[in-house]
Amino acid sequence: MDELTDMSIIAPLLLSMQLAFVTTVVLILIATPLAWWLSQTSSRYKPVAQAIVAMPIVLPPTVIGFYLLILLGPHGAIGSWWVQITGSALTFSFSGLVIASCVYSLPFAVQPLQSAFESLPRQTLEFAWTQGASKLDAFFAVAVPMSVRGFIGAAVLAFAHTLGEFGVVLMVGGNIPGKTRVISIAIYDQVETLNYGAAHQMSLLLLVFAFFVLFGMFIINKRWSMR
Amino acid sequence: MTRITSIAAETTVTLKHTLRRRNFQLSVDVQIPTAGITGLFGESGSGKTTLLRCIAGLEADLSHDSRPVHKRGVGYVFQEPQLFPHLDVRRNIEFGLRRSSAPMVDQKQVVEMLGLGDLLDRKPDGLSGGEAQRVAIAAVLLRSPQLVLMDEPLASLDQRRKDELLPYLDRLHDELSVPMIYVSHSIDEVSRLCDHLLLIEDGRIVANGELHEMLSRLDLPMLSGANAGSVIEAKPWRYDRDYDLTQLNFSGGELSVPGRYHANARDVRLRIAAQDVSICLSRPDDTTILNVIAAEIDDVQTSGGASALVRLVAGTDYLLALVTRRSVAHLDLKKGDQVFAQVKSVTVKR
Repeated sequence: MDELTDMSIIAPLLLSMQLAFVTTVVLILIATPLAWWLSQTSSRYKPVAQAIVAMPIVLPPTVIGFYLLILLGPHGAIGSWWVQITGSALTFSFSGLVIASCVYSLPFAVQPLQSAFESLPRQTLEFAWTQGASKLDAFFAVAVPMSVRGFIGAAVLAFAHTLGEFGVVLMVGGNIPGKTRVISIAIYDQVETLNYGAAHQMSLLLLVFAFFVLFGMFIINKRWSMR
Repeated sequence: MTRITSIAAETTVTLKHTLRRRNFQLSVDVQIPTAGITGLFGESGSGKTTLLRCIAGLEADLSHDSRPVHKRGVGYVFQEPQLFPHLDVRRNIEFGLRRSSAPMVDQKQVVEMLGLGDLLDRKPDGLSGGEAQRVAIAAVLLRSPQLVLMDEPLASLDQRRKDELLPYLDRLHDELSVPMIYVSHSIDEVSRLCDHLLLIEDGRIVANGELHEMLSRLDLPMLSGANAGSVIEAKPWRYDRDYDLTQLNFSGGELSVPGRYHANARDVRLRIAAQDVSICLSRPDDTTILNVIAAEIDDVQTSGGASALVRLVAGTDYLLALVTRRSVAHLDLKKGDQVFAQVKSVTVKR
C-alpha cells in the first residue's frame, strides 16, 4: 500500500470521526433540554414535537438532504443568514455537514435520554426540591447522574449513526476530498471506480469500528446495571 | 399557605389550603401547635397526602403562596424513602444540609439519634426499607426545616421493620423541637407518637385538638368502633418479678402491664382500646381480668346499631368502653353512675 492510498483511506475516516464527534457534542447539548421537556410536559403539543423529532427515522435520507440543501443553501432561510454572518456558504462545508448530521441523528440522541428521564421516579425529584434544590439544581445534581446510561446510549447512538450516514451528507456536503468526503462516500467512490481493494479496506475498518463501539456500549450498560 | 407565627408564648402553624379537582376538593384552614407531633388521621382518599403536598408546594393549590418548593423550608418524608441512588448515605444526608441557608441541627446528634453511624459509606440500594427511611428522616432533619411532614413513613415496611423504626421516631419526639405533621391511617401509630390530632375526611378537617381530649370524644365517627380508645400517661413504680408484671400509677389508680418498666424511667404511654373495656356495677372479685378501675360514667353515646360507647372518668383520665346498647339499657347506665371498668388489655405505646 503506497502513501497516497493510505491517505485516501485515513483522511475520510478521520473526517467521519471528527464529524461524528462534533455532532455528538452538539446533539447532547440540544437533545438534553428537548428530551427533558418531552419527558416532563403534559402539553398538547408534545405529540407534535415527538413526531417531528422522530421523522428522520422514517424519511429517506434524500428527502432530509433535499430540504436541508434548500434551507442551508446560499438563498435558503438559514444559508443566507449564515452567508451574511460568516461570508461563506453552509452547503458543501463542514459546518453544513454538522447541522445536517444533527438533524439526521437527532432522534437517536433524544430517545435514549427521554426514556432515561421518563424512568426517573417523580418523587425522587420532589424529594430533591423539598431538600432545598431548585429545579435546575435538582436537574444537574439528581436527574443527570441518575440518567448516566441514557447519556451513554444517546452519545453512542448519535456518534455511530452519524458515522454511518450517506445520503444526507452526499446531498448537503457533496464529495470534496478533505472537506466533506466522509468515509461512507469514499467507499461509494471506490466502488464506483471499481477499486474494490480500497473499498474493502475502508468497509472492514468501519465494520470493526462499529462492532467495537456497540460492544463497548453494551459492556458499559451491563456494568452499570449490575452496580 | 403555611405560615408559622408566634403569638406571645404560644406558637402555632397555620395551614390554609384550597384545591379543586374534578372529583375531589380540599379545603383546610387550621392552626396546629409547633410543639410536639401533630397526627393527621383519616381514611385513604380523605386527602391526607394531598394536604401534605399542598403544604410542601408540590401541588398547585389556590393559596397564592408563590414560593417555589425549595424555598419553603418544609421537609418531606415520603412513604417510600426517596434517596438519591448515585450518592452514598453520607452525601444523601448532606444534600439538604448543603442547600440550607441556616443549618441549626447538629449532624452528629442526628446521625447518632437515628443510628446511622455504620451506614454512612453505604449506597442506598444496599439498605433495608427501615434503614433507608431512617436515612431519609436524617436528611430531612439536617436541612433544619421549619416544618417536617411525614407521609406514613411506616406504611411500606413490614411489621418487623416497623417495630425497628418506631423507637427512633419516639426519640425524634423526645429530642427535637421542630414542628411535625405525621400522616397515618393507623390509630395505633398516631396514639403512640402524637400529641395533637387532626382528623380529615373528604378533604376537610373535621376535628382538631389535643390527642387525649380528641381520643376521649364520643362524637367522632372516625374514632369509634375498633378505632375508639383512650391514651393514658402512667408512671411505673413496682416490678413484680414472680409474675413479670409492672405496676403503674396513673391519675385514676393503678394498672398492671406485662414486662418490666423501670421506676425511674419517664412516663409510659398506655393505650386502652374501647373494645377491651367492660363495665361492672360492683367490683368484680372473681375475674381473670387484672385491671379493674373505679370510675364514673361521664357520657353515653348510642348509635343506631347494636353498640354504645361509654366514656368513664378515673381521676383526670378518660377511659372508653365499647359495650352493647342492650347492656346499657339492661344495667341502666347513665351519666354520674359509679362503676368499675374491667380492662382486658393494655398496650404500652412507649
